[in-house]
Amino acid sequence: MIRSAIEVVNLRKSFGKQAVLDGISLTVGKGSIYALLGPNGAGKTTLIHILSTLTAPDSGYARIEGCDVVQDRNAVRQAISLTGQFAAVDEVLTGRENIAMMARLSGLSPAEARIRTNELLRRFDLEEAAGKRARTYSGGMRRRLDLAVSLVVDKPVLFLDEPTTGLDTISRRSLWEIILQLKQQGRTIFLTTQYLEEADQLADEIAVLSGGRIAATGTALELKARVGGEVIELRNAQDEVIRAIPTSGDVQDVRRALNEAASACPSDTRVVIRKPSMDDVFVALTTDHPIESKEATLA
Amino acid sequence: MNFSRSTVQPASFAATNAVFIGRSIRHSLRNVEALMMAIILPIMLMLMFTYVFGGAIDPSGDYVNYVVPGIILLCAGFGSSSTAVDVATDMSNGIIDRFRTMPIRSVSVITGHVVASLARNLLATGIVIGVALLVGFRPDAGIGDWLGALGLVVLFILAFTWLFAAIGIVTGSPSAASGYGFVLLFVPYLSSAFVPTSTMPSWLQGVAEHQPITPVIETIRALLTGTPVGDNGWWALSWCSAILAGALTWCAIAFRRRSGRR
Ligand SMILES: Nc1ncnc2c1ncn2[C@@H]1O[C@H](COP(=O)(O)OP(=O)(O)OP(=O)(O)O)[C@@H](O)[C@H]1O
Ligand SMILES: [Mg+2]
Repeated sequence: MIRSAIEVVNLRKSFGKQAVLDGISLTVGKGSIYALLGPNGAGKTTLIHILSTLTAPDSGYARIEGCDVVQDRNAVRQAISLTGQFAAVDEVLTGRENIAMMARLSGLSPAEARIRTNELLRRFDLEEAAGKRARTYSGGMRRRLDLAVSLVVDKPVLFLDEPTTGLDTISRRSLWEIILQLKQQGRTIFLTTQYLEEADQLADEIAVLSGGRIAATGTALELKARVGGEVIELRNAQDEVIRAIPTSGDVQDVRRALNEAASACPSDTRVVIRKPSMDDVFVALTTDHPIESKEATLA
Repeated sequence: MNFSRSTVQPASFAATNAVFIGRSIRHSLRNVEALMMAIILPIMLMLMFTYVFGGAIDPSGDYVNYVVPGIILLCAGFGSSSTAVDVATDMSNGIIDRFRTMPIRSVSVITGHVVASLARNLLATGIVIGVALLVGFRPDAGIGDWLGALGLVVLFILAFTWLFAAIGIVTGSPSAASGYGFVLLFVPYLSSAFVPTSTMPSWLQGVAEHQPITPVIETIRALLTGTPVGDNGWWALSWCSAILAGALTWCAIAFRRRSGRR
C-alpha cells in the first residue's frame, strides 16, 4: 500500500550552469492539497515539469502513486493531469471541440465524450461560448476551458501550475471552490502559486521554494509560527505602514521592539500589533533580511 | 455536480491518430488564407505557364503537356512547407505539453498535420490536372500509368511534408518556420520541370540532373505522356524513400529532444 501520492527525493535539475532545483525532497499525502510557493524563477514550473514527465531530472528521483517519473513514465501519465502555467488550449478549435478532443484522446467513446463535454461546459460556465473559437476567449474563460479540459477523466493526481494567475477575484474564488471539491473526491492536488492567500486558503501543506531549495514546509499556521509572534506595525499620521518589526511575541521582545521604535520614529507614529501574515512568512523565508529587522526570529 | 467519471483506458493508437487527423483537417479548413492559396496557386501557375511563358518556351503549343508534372510538384512543395508552420505553432503552444503528459503517443499530433497536408496537396494536384485539361493538356496514360503517377506524387508529398514537419519541430517558432518554405519553392526551377536541362549552362545541368526533383518530374511526365520511364522511375522512388526515411527519423529524434527529456 502506497501512502503518499507524490514522493520526491533529492531532486536536482540544472540548465547549463544554473542549478534551478538543488536537492528538493518532499512528500504529498494522498487526497491532500500541496501548495508550492515561490517567487518568479524559483523553479516551480521546472519541478512540475519533472513530476509530470516532461523533463528528466539530473539526479534524485520522484514517484507519483509509487511510479517513477522517468522509468514508469507511462504509468505516471495514466495517473496525472497537468494544467500548465499558460493556458494550453487549441485556439483554432471551439471550446466544445477542445474538450471533446481531449475526452476522445483520454479514451472516451464519441457518445461518452459528448456527454462529458456538455457536463464540463456547464460546470465551468462556458455553455454560451461553447461554439466560439478559443482564440476569442478572454483570459479567464481560457483558464476555465483549460481546467475543464484537464478534468475530462478522473485522474488521482492533478498538477496545477499557477491556476489562478490572471483571474479576477470572483473567478479565483470559484476556482478555489472547484479545487476544494476535487479534494473532497479524494484527488491529490499539487499546485504552485504566487498568492500567499491562495496557499493559506487551500493548502494542507505549503512549501516555500527559494534558491533551488525548499526553504520551509508546514501548514499555514506552522509557517506563521516559525516567523515568530506578533508583528509590530508602525504607521504614520496618514495611516501608512512605515515599518513592520517582527517579534517573538513575548513581553521582553515586544518591549525591545517598541523601545527601538520610540527612539527612531516621529512622535505621531501609531502602533498596531498584529499576527504575522503569509506575506511576512514569504518575505522572511525568501530574503536574507526578513521584513525590515536584521534579526530574524526564525527558529 | 461531481467530477467523477470512472477511469477509462487511454485512447488506442488508431483512435489517437484519428483524433489528431480530424483536428488538423479542421485547422486546414479554418485557415481560410492558406486554403485559398492551396486552390488559387495551382490555377495561377497553370495559366501563367501555359499562356505567358508557354508560347516563348515552345511555340508549337505543346508546352502544357510538358509543364503539368512540374506544376504539380511546385504546388506540392509549396503546400507541404506550410506544415512547418503548423507544427511550429503547436510546439510553441503549451498544448504540446498537455499531449505529452497523456498516456498516448503524442507524436501522432505530427501525423495529423502530415495527413492534412497530404489531403490539401492532393486537392491542389487535382486542380492542376483539371485546369490543365481545360487549357489543352492531352495525357496519354492508362489507368496503371495514372495510378503510378499518383502514387509517386503521394510519396513525394509525404517525404517533403515530413521534412517540413521536422523543420517545424526544430525551429519551434511559426515565423522562423515559414521562412523555410520559400527555399523549396525554388528547387523545382532548377530541374527539368519547366525547361529541359539540355537548355541550361553545363554547370547548372550537373545540378539539375542530380537533384531529386528531376527524376520525379521525368517519371511523372513519362507516365502521363506514354513515353518510357527508364531508370528515372527507380531514381525517383529511391530519392523520395530516402528523404522520407530521413525525415521520419529526424522528426522522431527532434520531437523527443524538444520535450526536454534527456
Ligand atoms: N528549458 C530551459 N532552459 C534554460 N533555462 C530554463 C529552462 N526552463 C527554465 N529555465 C530557468 O530556470 C529557472 C526556473 O524557471 P521556472 O520556470 O521553473 O520558474 P517558476 O518558479 O515557474 O517561475 P514563474 O513564477 O515565473 O513561473 C529560471 O531562471 C528559468 O530561466
Ligand atoms: Mg512557472
